[in-house]
Amino acid sequence: MAATEVTPLPTRVVDARGSFCPGPLMALIGAIREAKVGDVLEVWSSDQGSRRDIPFWVNKAGHELVALADEAGYTRFVILKKR
Amino acid sequence: MRKKVVIIGGGVGGTIAANLLSRRLDGRADITVVDRQGKHFYEPGLIFAMLGGVDPAKLWRPERTLLRKGVKLELNEALRVDTEAKVVHMEHGPARPYDYLVLAPGARLDPSAVPGFEGNAHHFYNGPAALALRTAIENFEGGTVLLGPASIPYKCPPAPIEATLLLDAYFKKHKTKRPVKFRYLSPLGRAFTIESVSPVVEKLFVERGVELSTFFNVDSIDGERKVVNSLEGEEAPYDLLILAPPHRGAKIAEDSGLGGPGGWIPTDRATLRVKGHRDVFAIGDATDLPLSKAGSTAHFEAPVVADQIAAEILGRPPKMLYNGHVMCFFETGFGKGMVLDFDYDHAPKVKRPTRLAHWEKLAFNRMYWATIPTARL
Repeated sequence: MAATEVTPLPTRVVDARGSFCPGPLMALIGAIREAKVGDVLEVWSSDQGSRRDIPFWVNKAGHELVALADEAGYTRFVILKKR
Repeated sequence: MRKKVVIIGGGVGGTIAANLLSRRLDGRADITVVDRQGKHFYEPGLIFAMLGGVDPAKLWRPERTLLRKGVKLELNEALRVDTEAKVVHMEHGPARPYDYLVLAPGARLDPSAVPGFEGNAHHFYNGPAALALRTAIENFEGGTVLLGPASIPYKCPPAPIEATLLLDAYFKKHKTKRPVKFRYLSPLGRAFTIESVSPVVEKLFVERGVELSTFFNVDSIDGERKVVNSLEGEEAPYDLLILAPPHRGAKIAEDSGLGGPGGWIPTDRATLRVKGHRDVFAIGDATDLPLSKAGSTAHFEAPVVADQIAAEILGRPPKMLYNGHVMCFFETGFGKGMVLDFDYDHAPKVKRPTRLAHWEKLAFNRMYWATIPTARL
């Protein structure tokens, strides 16, 4: 998956760079708790474990990973809150 | 003018910092600890209270007896910090001015963050709760014991796992009418927050027959149906529910505009200065540092804060920076345990529980009052 022009604009950006596992996933879960259905959240993580944990959790929790993009030194996850 | 150092909170971190500053500055500064009750609790003892081995009423000492003579103790509730005027507003009496402020107020339990927590979930994070849990355990007739943290972060990361393993050992000795089954709920994709230790815990769960459910983030509790609902849309039924309660940062931090997300204080990982405030420091559970919220963390942070402040008052360069060192015990039941020793750059390495680590823990429980708050160790 790559970031494309159709990636929706995020409602909120969660910059979890520099925090280690489980930091970014827990930061996302905290943001999901506060968000409304239809909100788009963007999480930035420099932790390698996030590439495995975040897509898995998003799928299990019934949300949608809209985009995953590699940036310089970190990964950007775009998530749509669906329920 | 003598410098004024004000320390909010007479727990592990605040007490050690006060005593080290008093020793180092030897009358050259006014050092005051502000504590609401003047009682210093040894919280690690609470988990043993749920099994009847420890009386929570004996887990505290008067803070005054743990502080050096040169340290003043003010029994008051610190309500709000004004970092512009450099004063702390108190519940009673005038505001207290400071040149250096140390925030060591601990974390706050916030059961209201999970609907249905109060009245349905047990915990052992204070004396009355531990005693209520003890009664529930004694009256338990069998069924599913559901454990885990309600959310992350919470105090003492091993505690819910320790509770699972200690209770498993307990119910293997104390027979119930119906069989007892254990299920552990983890918010993450593994059993334990610290990745390097998780495989050891997962192996113990398999050996002891504890069912592990991963990526289970507690959303609400339905006390009538006796189920826990997760953010992921799952349900977990229970007969006895024991959860580490939701935690927040200290009220004083939030009320002073010093709390970041969750109320945790944004803190420099090396100097322990509160970000954006050169003369304010934070120690222990109140910080936003990516470390265990545990007495051990505060124990190793306090000397760094004392050094930073004392060096500045004495006009010398500081000698210490915090490297994230934490050392904590992890009880696994049947007379065994583990020691987790780690810092920012080195994950803890453990292979299996040992009898030695359990005996070290028992010795530490006894030695605590004489060695730790007084900064002898």
